[in-house]
Amino acid sequence: MRPLSVVVRTGCDLFAWFLIVFGANVIIHGDVTPGGGFQGGAVAATFITLLLVAYGGKKVFSWVRPGIFNGMLIFGLMAFFLLGLMGFPNSFFYNFIAVPHEVVQATGHGVIPPSGTIALMDIAVGIEVAGALSIIVLSMFRGIRLFREGPMEEESGHDR
Amino acid sequence: MNWNEHFPALLLIIPLFGAFLAPVCSLGGKMARNILLVAASFLTLVVAFLLWRSVLANGIQYYVMGGENFRLALPSGMALPVRIILEVDAFSAFMALCGSIAAFAGALFSVNYMNRFSGQSRFTSLYLLLATGMLGMMITGDLFNFFIFIEISSIASFGLIAFWRDKPSAIEASLKYTLVSQVGSMLILIAAGSLYGKYNALNMAAIGSSLTMGTMEKLALVFLVGSLAMKCGAFPMHMWLPDAYAEAPTGVTCLLVAVSQASLYGLMRVCFSIYGVAMGSTFVPWMIIIFGLASMFFGVSMAVVQHDIKRLMGYHSVSQVGYMLLGLGVGLLVLGDARGMADFGFTAIKGGVFHVFNYTMYKALLFLTAGALYYATGKKDLNEMGGLARRMPYTTFMFVIAAAAISGLPPFNGFVSKLLIYESSFAVHPSLAVVALLTSVLTLASFVKVFQTAFLGPEKNNLLHVQEVPPAMLLGMVVLTAAILGATLFPSWTLSNLVEPAARALVDQSGYIGAIVGGGM
Repeated sequence: MRPLSVVVRTGCDLFAWFLIVFGANVIIHGDVTPGGGFQGGAVAATFITLLLVAYGGKKVFSWVRPGIFNGMLIFGLMAFFLLGLMGFPNSFFYNFIAVPHEVVQATGHGVIPPSGTIALMDIAVGIEVAGALSIIVLSMFRGIRLFREGPMEEESGHDR
Repeated sequence: MNWNEHFPALLLIIPLFGAFLAPVCSLGGKMARNILLVAASFLTLVVAFLLWRSVLANGIQYYVMGGENFRLALPSGMALPVRIILEVDAFSAFMALCGSIAAFAGALFSVNYMNRFSGQSRFTSLYLLLATGMLGMMITGDLFNFFIFIEISSIASFGLIAFWRDKPSAIEASLKYTLVSQVGSMLILIAAGSLYGKYNALNMAAIGSSLTMGTMEKLALVFLVGSLAMKCGAFPMHMWLPDAYAEAPTGVTCLLVAVSQASLYGLMRVCFSIYGVAMGSTFVPWMIIIFGLASMFFGVSMAVVQHDIKRLMGYHSVSQVGYMLLGLGVGLLVLGDARGMADFGFTAIKGGVFHVFNYTMYKALLFLTAGALYYATGKKDLNEMGGLARRMPYTTFMFVIAAAAISGLPPFNGFVSKLLIYESSFAVHPSLAVVALLTSVLTLASFVKVFQTAFLGPEKNNLLHVQEVPPAMLLGMVVLTAAILGATLFPSWTLSNLVEPAARALVDQSGYIGAIVGGGM
């Protein structure tokens, strides 16, 4: 895939980072608003998709290392799992740091979100999904290149 | 902290943790990853065994995920159970034991079998994820979570069936399975949703306690029975099964056999524990019996003409599932009738449940021997093999045991369970037993064919280099052979300790419901 026109690339430069910010916003507020880890992670993963479409594979692969996404994947999975395990004397997945409603009203909840592990698990899932979907997009891109047998359809209107 | 109480959760935690850990372990090289695969499945087997023992000793065990207390099924002020609840009775524990034996054997086998292929870190992850999904289906007490676990196991198996993605036939098999099983899963979701809409509960026990038969319940039952019969490979919906079993790597096929049993478990759980006596008519039991008869006969008649050894065994899977459907269907037919239940119904259920154990063991072993043949010779077609008994004595020995067991030759365990099914289905109508007997004869015929062409006869010139397979593969087969021989040598112990508690738990609807909802009945 070749880079697209300068208009698209400039648009990408402007908006790509907003996707990360918006994804992070959806992830972090996942416990109190619609959305959550999976949705936010999917939004964040469109970052890499947008870069691939606008700049083409050669440039993007020189910028990112797929290992990073693998790391995100493993970190997210492990964080989710360990949060589940930490509820163990009571039960698996027990919400051990939830702040009760009365306490939140009286004194606030400090650094920990009132929903406790639910919010933290949302973040873990968000990181995991962002990494995994990025890997999927990159693998699909590699898959496209396998089938490049000569020019399939001439693209025009590009200034390379 | 008493770990005994946490066994239901641990049964899911261990393979799930293994699946998540696989990408990390792969950084440590092949050895670390193989150790992880075998260790995680062995620990799962140990936990499944301990869970089974504790359920037999203490009765139904349930576990509330995320509760302040894992025994808090009904939080104060709630009329219905709300959290994710795992409910393990003797039948679930029995199924989990069968499934984890097959998973352990498949894992041992895969260590050597997959050695020469790339992509093993993903393989390990998916394999353990498939085991998680299977065990989750067997021990969950919640209809929606059943759907979740069925999806986990389906998605893991899509990936594993298409593991050799450079083979078009593998991709085709995986795509076929994807389409069929996604339609099935959606039907389960619709059924769970409609039951939730009416009863405000997703917990199987809670739904079962207040279920009254109406149009909507009938519709949900049709969706559940249809899609789960499809997932376990009953006749008209079996077309994905031979392809999927033949194309998956052999260790995976061994586990897929157990996964199809998890769907059968779901079918029986829905029929016996959710609907139970409330089902009223005999239509659904007869449908299950007819599914069973059709699967038995058509499965085996398609198997005898196959040349590809794994496809042949795949068609035999269809026909063997028929026996269980027949046995359990006959039991379901007389569920509300105490006299019929005492006369032949309970025998039929015992036969069906025992056949689940036998089928999982010998069919997994047969697939492993087929994989061993492929590993050693590089051939799948029976016509290209011959005279391998001298080159591969251990594999031959184990194949003979498994083939004798599946054909129902006395004194092997397959004979015991089939006899129970024959004599009980005869009481319903003699023609049922006739079809079952005919199927057994054809099964024997087709395995005699396999044995004769692959193992006996003159040695082929291009197979002179063949050697016995490596020790880990043999060990995987030995695990299953030991299980078959155990059930063969101690049939009365197996029946009274393994099978009867499971069968009794299956028909005890009020016990299953009462454990969660208390006096809800």
